[in-house]
Formats: sequence, structure tokens, C-alpha cells
Amino acid sequence: MAMQTTLRRRSSSAYWLYLFPGLFGFLIVVGIPFLMNIGVSFTSWRGIGMPKFVGLANYARLIADSAFWMSLEHTLFFVVAMAVVPTLISLLVASVLFDYISVRFGQGLSSFFRAGYYLPQILPISVAGVLWGWILNPHGVLNMILEATGLGGLVGNWLGDPDLAILSVGFVMVWLQIGYSLVVFMAGLARVDPSLYEASELDGAGFLQRFWYITIPMLKPEIFVIGLTTTIAALKVFAPVYVMTNGGPNNATLVPSFFSFYHFFSTVRVGYGAAVATAQTAITIVLAAVFLWVQSRQTEEGDHD
Amino acid sequence: MTDTSVPAAPGPTDRNIPRGKRGALRWWVLAFLFAFLAFMLAPIFLALNNAIKTATDYATNGPLALPQSFTVEGLLGFWSYVDFTSKIWNSLLLSAAVALFGVILSLLNAYAIGVGRIRGGRATLVILLLGIMIPQESLVYPLYYLAKSSGLYDSLWAPIIIFTVLQSAFGTYLLSAVMTTFPHEILEAARVDGANRWQILWYVVTPILRPTLAVLATFFFIWTWNEFLIPLVLLVSNANQTVSVAMGALSGQYVSQPTITAAAALLGITPTIIFFLIFQRTLTKGVVVGAVK
Repeated sequence: MAMQTTLRRRSSSAYWLYLFPGLFGFLIVVGIPFLMNIGVSFTSWRGIGMPKFVGLANYARLIADSAFWMSLEHTLFFVVAMAVVPTLISLLVASVLFDYISVRFGQGLSSFFRAGYYLPQILPISVAGVLWGWILNPHGVLNMILEATGLGGLVGNWLGDPDLAILSVGFVMVWLQIGYSLVVFMAGLARVDPSLYEASELDGAGFLQRFWYITIPMLKPEIFVIGLTTTIAALKVFAPVYVMTNGGPNNATLVPSFFSFYHFFSTVRVGYGAAVATAQTAITIVLAAVFLWVQSRQTEEGDHD
Repeated sequence: MTDTSVPAAPGPTDRNIPRGKRGALRWWVLAFLFAFLAFMLAPIFLALNNAIKTATDYATNGPLALPQSFTVEGLLGFWSYVDFTSKIWNSLLLSAAVALFGVILSLLNAYAIGVGRIRGGRATLVILLLGIMIPQESLVYPLYYLAKSSGLYDSLWAPIIIFTVLQSAFGTYLLSAVMTTFPHEILEAARVDGANRWQILWYVVTPILRPTLAVLATFFFIWTWNEFLIPLVLLVSNANQTVSVAMGALSGQYVSQPTITAAAALLGITPTIIFFLIFQRTLTKGVVVGAVK
């Protein structure tokens, strides 16, 4: 027995060799750059020459910078547009497809809808941005359609009006995100025992009751996973803003990712950009930790039942 | 509770009979789902519809009307203007290389963690996952700086290395979960037959995991194809740009030539549609693997 344990331990340490390339790569691509970024955030640096240590000056400036707070507000909005709204819509659509369409019209039709709704999700975001920029620009498709159908009063500068721009970008994000949560929810429903639905139906539960008392509780793990992944994605939104509005008009769609990018490569205040990125990272990690903590508490409670 | 004197459900087919007869509602639901589908796919349809029109046709009949004219001028014009062939080639090269190297790296990592059960395996996993959770903005400037100082700036190798490492974090997570549940008897039998660790990985584990590896490679390919920020920063010259970056650089350039923008959007969409058709099965199955552990 004792010999076996030592043998096992010896062989176990030999497996480190297999981890070596991965860890080395991770160090080069993530570890060192991450620490460099934090280091640079305490300096004033133009990208060339020696960075000058300035202590917490960048962070002090950040806290006083109204543009930064504005970008955080927009992030909250994107959490709604990417995590909350698509999740609600796809919960409903998934349960209609699973509990209604596939029962009455067959599995094939339900899969067809799922595939169709999923398509926008796999477009490169920059392509989606070009597409929607074309539709939403002042002389774009949407305004042409509105004018042609006698709704000329509704014509708007969808991406150029500070009040409308963020709503437009948020709308595009909803369009992009629905497919992701839908596919995950449909997959989750596949492991639900159909007899549960049949039994409750015989007990007189209507669609909405089945939705509320069966579908939602059954999909709790998926809702958590989707909530976590889409919230984190919302904190990192970059490409749609870069492509559609460039953060404008008047910072109306500014988000932290674009804010740091702007300081890295446009104003070349690298230290300040690094501070923005570090703050954004801290927020992301805290939020993910809270999410995972709530999730583990939820599952514990579930075990006690 | 409810006073229904319905007997216990006799069989699954019974479910269809009472429900299916509830009349017109089902057609309304179906119509609604089709309307929603039309809405979801409308932008893509609009791009197709207008990419093949002449500018005058677009101006006189509007974007909704079916084409009265047919021209590939917009498509060809945009294609040669941005040298789309090279963009496609760069994207293919980058994505395929990352898919291949990423899967190999994930396999090696996961073998150590899942089969080797090395100490600190779980901690390693958590660190790898944290690495892909943090915003790329907090890595991008140092990566840009490191690429410049190592001579890899503006070379496809820089994003290939970066994405191989980043994507393999998820791959390691997925594969080590799978490998932990790998039947011990098989490994033991191979060991008894005199196979060393390398042979076990290559001749025993890899063939059995092939379907999962295919899903993973598909994911890596598409994710890399869609990546934007890092290629935007690292690949400056026109000749090295990817499709995704070329599209992003386009923003607002052709406002006055809407049919050309439609053509550009269509060209950007087409590869994705092709992948979608090729990988549809793997993808929809794969999301399950990815999301629910």
C-alpha cells in the first residue's frame, strides 16, 4: 500500500511536464502582461522611454473623471441589454419551442427555429456592426423604410443622437445575444423529464404556470451560467461601440473598454489607460466572485431541501 | 388539489390529443414565431437583397423592394478595394492554426490535470479561467509592447500565440472535466501492456476524446475568426489584417454608397454562414458541452 502511494506520487509529479508548455504560454500571454499593466497604471508613460512613477495619481484622476463614471453607467445599461433582456426573451421562446411547438408541430420545426434565432450570434461583431450601421445611419435603411411607409415622423438619427445612440447599440446587442441563451436553455430543457409537463398539464396547469413552476426552476443552473457569462461579456463590450459609434456622440456610448483603448492608442496616456483597464478588471473579478458565491449558496440550499 | 377525475396518463402519445385540438391558438403562436424569425434574419436578408442592386435601383425603389436590377459591381468593387482574398486567407490561417494548436495545448494541460491528477491541478484551472475572464484591455497594451520588442508585431504569429493560449484555458477546463471521468481500467490496461504516459495520451486518450476535440476545434476556429480587439491592435498593415478587422475599419466609410456597404456586410456574413452550415451540428451540440459542464 505504502509503496503504491509513493509510486503514484512519483508518477504524478512526472505529469507536470505536460503542463509546462501551457503554463509557460500563460505566463507570457496573460501573467506577465497583466502584471505589467498594473505596474504601468502607477506611472506616467507615453509608450516610449522610461515610465515615470506617479503613485496613485492615475487612480485619483480616474475617480474625478466624469467620463469614467459615465462609461460605468453605460456598462450597467449593457448588462441589461446583454444579460437581462436576452435571457428573459429566450427563456420564453425556449419554453414555447419546447413545451408547445415541438409537442404540436414536432421536433424538426423547433430545431429549425432554434437554428434561425441562433444565426446572428455567430456573426463577427464587427460585421454585425457594419450591418447595423448601414441600417441605422441617418440615410440608412430604417429611416428610408419609415419614410416610405408614412412614418416619417419617427425618423431619427439612431446612432448620432446622444439620447438614441446607446439605445440603438443596446438593441443590436439584444439581437446578437438572444441566440446564445436560447440554445443553452433548449439544451437544458432536453434533460427535463417530459412526464413532468404532462402530469402538471393533467392537473390543469396552463402554459404560464408550467413556465413559472417547472421551466424556470429546472433551468436555474443554466440561468446562472448565462447570467454570469453575459454579464462578464457586458463589462467588456468593445467592438460594437468601436464600429458603430466610436464612443460618441459626445461620449454617449462610451464604455470602459473603449475608454482605455482610446487612452492607450489615441491620446497615448498609457498609464491612465492602464488604470482604467485595471479598475475594469477589478470590477469584473468582484462581480464574478459575487455571482459564483450566490450560485454556490443556491446549490447548497437546494441540497438541504 | 384540483378536482380532476382524469385517470393517470396512459401514455406519452396521449399528450398530443387534448392539446392539439385547442384550435386557432397554435397557428397564432406559429405565426408569431415566424415573425420573430423574420425580424432576427431581416438584417441579413436586407444585406443580400441590396448588395446585388444598382445604386439607382436602391435610390428609386428603396431597400425593401426586391432587386429590379442585378449587378455584382458592389461585391467585386469592395472585394478588390480591400483585397478581400488576403483577408480571408489571413483569417483562415489564424483561426485554423489556433484551432489546431489550441486543442493540442488543451489536451496536454488537461492530461496533466485530469489523468495525472497533479497537485495544484484545481488551482491551476482556476488561474487559467481567471485569465480568460479578465478584460483583454488589461493585457492589450503590454502585449502590443511585447510584440513590438520581440519583432512579432504585425505578424500573424503574435495573435496565433496569444489566442492559442487564451482559448486553451477554456479547452483545459472542458477536457480536464472529461478526463477526470475517464475510465480508469482502460488507462490501467494500457499501462500493464507497457505503454508509457506519452503513448497513453496519444494512442488511448486522444482517439477516445476525438468527438470532444472536434467540438473544441470548431469553437476555437469560430471564436478566433470573430476576435476583434487584439488583431486590431497587433495587425496594422493592410496585408496582414483579418476579415473581422477589415470590417471594423470600414465604419461609416461608405455612407453615401449604401449598396457597397450592403455588399461589404454580405461578404462579411458569407463565411460565417458557410461555417454555420458546415458546423451546425457540432455547434449546437457543443454549446451544451460548453455551458453545462
